[in-house]
Amino acid sequence: MMLCDHCGENEAIIHLTQIVNNQMSTFHLCERCAAEKGLEPGVNVGNFPLTDFLAQMGKGGTSEAGSAGPCAYCGLKLEDFKKTGRLGCSHCYVTFEPHLRGLLRRLHGGTQHLGKVYLPPDPSRTQQQERLAGLKRKLDRAVSNEDFERAAKLRDMIRELEAAL
Amino acid sequence: MKEVGSLPDFGLGWLEARGPHSDIVLSTRIRLARNLQAHAFTTRIREPERQEIFAQVREAASHAAALSGGVAMELAELSPLSRKVLLERHLISRELAGESDVTPPRGTGLIMSPHEDVGIMVNEEDHLRLQCLMSGLRLQEAYQLVDGVDEELGAALPMAFHHELGYLTSCPTNVGTGLRASILIHLPGLVLTKEIGKVLQGLGQVGLTFRGLYGEGSEVVGNFFQISNQTTLGKSEEDLLDHLEKIVGQVMQYEVEARNVLMRDARTVMEDKIWRAYGLLRYARSLSFDEVMNLLSGVRLGVSMNLLAGLRVYTLNKIMIFSQAAHLEQAAGRPLNDAESDLHRAAYVRRILEREGQVSASLDAPGEDVGV
Repeated sequence: MMLCDHCGENEAIIHLTQIVNNQMSTFHLCERCAAEKGLEPGVNVGNFPLTDFLAQMGKGGTSEAGSAGPCAYCGLKLEDFKKTGRLGCSHCYVTFEPHLRGLLRRLHGGTQHLGKVYLPPDPSRTQQQERLAGLKRKLDRAVSNEDFERAAKLRDMIRELEAAL
Repeated sequence: MKEVGSLPDFGLGWLEARGPHSDIVLSTRIRLARNLQAHAFTTRIREPERQEIFAQVREAASHAAALSGGVAMELAELSPLSRKVLLERHLISRELAGESDVTPPRGTGLIMSPHEDVGIMVNEEDHLRLQCLMSGLRLQEAYQLVDGVDEELGAALPMAFHHELGYLTSCPTNVGTGLRASILIHLPGLVLTKEIGKVLQGLGQVGLTFRGLYGEGSEVVGNFFQISNQTTLGKSEEDLLDHLEKIVGQVMQYEVEARNVLMRDARTVMEDKIWRAYGLLRYARSLSFDEVMNLLSGVRLGVSMNLLAGLRVYTLNKIMIFSQAAHLEQAAGRPLNDAESDLHRAAYVRRILEREGQVSASLDAPGEDVGV
């Protein structure tokens, strides 16, 4: 039996891992000490399989009450998604948006994409500007990481895009 | 039906054991999930549309600098054995390989770059799954390669992308970057010292997840763990990779510490385990795959800790792949039942270890001093 790091008396049932200043440390706490520290078991992002989330969808939440779908493009119904965990097409993300938002937040911890910005073959001006902002974010990061090879590549991409705008 | 057998080392560059930390980290894998804009996701379309997508991707790939001159194959045209060989090489997923007695649907396939470092699974759960496998711990390098291919294909084929949610994927667990970065890591020290449970639990709390050798739902064999990012939305690709690299660095450090403890407290027991493992691999007449994996784990540990000299990590990696059932059948040129497979496996392992030559204990091993 592992004892609580805090009181040293009860069995530790909560294991908390923290990363502070790049150092990972783990604390083992009993239920009481964890509660005193304001920790509840099982509230971490990304710790639960998708099926658990899906099972909870539509229970209790008021936003879930609104009827959605089936998707006008691919015909997927909300029940299909709950059963398989798979969406049918890109339009499903719009059709089932109210149902998905909470799910995505709980799965990923956020709903705003901060990665690479896609530039389609025939981009609109807005798409080009969004791509430009994304590239500049990446450039800042490459420079601060002293990854100059990557930074040079990104600078070329930025120049090319700026010339096109 | 096409056979992959004519390409004996097809897609196996990642076995070379050359990257950083390749004694502990077997491989780095980067996967990007992408879907074409004008089509429903793969699970919602029928065969003609899947074939149309495969043709579009193949066409775009033939014009992409990173892919032209590579290989494109439809799975339905491959023999069941070849499909299994590709699966055992981690080049296609279990879903894409399908059951051996069922011909896969038309329009599902694999496209490999000419250097075989980047592969594209077509019409798996997503239209495109770009992946790069590399030996050792090389997250940034592997990502740059896949990213280059993604740029080229994206410029030719309109992809499903949402300004807020990023790249749209069939499963919401992949949306955003569509990036899954995985490290295949060997952690026998943590398993032997029983510290592994704590480490794996810690991974979940920092947004990472672990799986067995063959991905989702597969068992852990030979003390190999696949560690990967769990979230794909809300962080940039670079942040996801840096975070994984940082944590993997710490896991490696824990592993090294565990090995040091074992060497300090139980060196002779360790040496005995490692040499017994080598002895069984070198001389046994019948070996199951799980047994080979477990024995290889001991030998790999011995090589990594300099207790066993004269064996290359590359050889150990090679045994892992070529002692799998489909690879043995391919070498035998006929189907093998389980008992036959175990015999062929043991013979293969004996042969390759014999060819590797004399293996010796490192010079400072205390076992050498015990005079008889």
